[in-house]
Amino acid sequence: MHATYLLILLGCLVGTLPLEVFLGVRVYARWRRLAVAVLPPVVLFGGWDVAAIAAGWWRYDDRYLIGVTLPGRLPLEELLFFVVIPVCAVLTLEAVRIRKPGWTIGDEQS
Amino acid sequence: MTYTIAAVVGVAAAAGVDGWVLRTRLLRRRAFWVAYGIVLFFQLIVNGLLTGLRIVRYDSDAIVGWRIAYAPVEDLLFGFALVLVTLSGWVAAGRRATHAARPARPPRGGPARR
Repeated sequence: MHATYLLILLGCLVGTLPLEVFLGVRVYARWRRLAVAVLPPVVLFGGWDVAAIAAGWWRYDDRYLIGVTLPGRLPLEELLFFVVIPVCAVLTLEAVRIRKPGWTIGDEQS
Repeated sequence: MTYTIAAVVGVAAAAGVDGWVLRTRLLRRRAFWVAYGIVLFFQLIVNGLLTGLRIVRYDSDAIVGWRIAYAPVEDLLFGFALVLVTLSGWVAAGRRATHAARPARPPRGGPARR
């Protein structure tokens, strides 16, 4: 199915949404800060991915992709992977913080 | 083994970002390791799907060949570097936002200047 990879990514976002909606991590609410955190990984790891595709380290099966290919033969889904996984990671860290307020992560006001 | 080497270098670079570039020192924080443990569990599922369904296929010359839940072990290093760089950036961005949000103190011994 061409939407398979996209659906896996969507599943990640849907699965972590309760952290924002019910636990109140306020990660999407701080979207500017989130964008600042996510942009460098998108560029760095997207670049890594383009290099890896060029070097033939890995390749994608077109049967599971919607068919939108970005420069460097990067499937759109793969670029979205570098947005979705970082967002999920930030949601998780903030969820841990809410559950364990004593555990500092380094941005607390002193 | 090219991906193997790149993945190890990637982890070292991510640790460098955390320890020296942004100085967030997440690798010394329990909150990071617990969050990473949770992310790792779900990464194994997502990575397992991507590689188990053969959405992504690897050149056997690029990897060392050890696999965990279908995914080459290199993917775990790649994922660790991705998560560490992201969370380091998140903390650093929050640190700046926190500082910027603080009201500027007036100079000592004098009235606040505008």
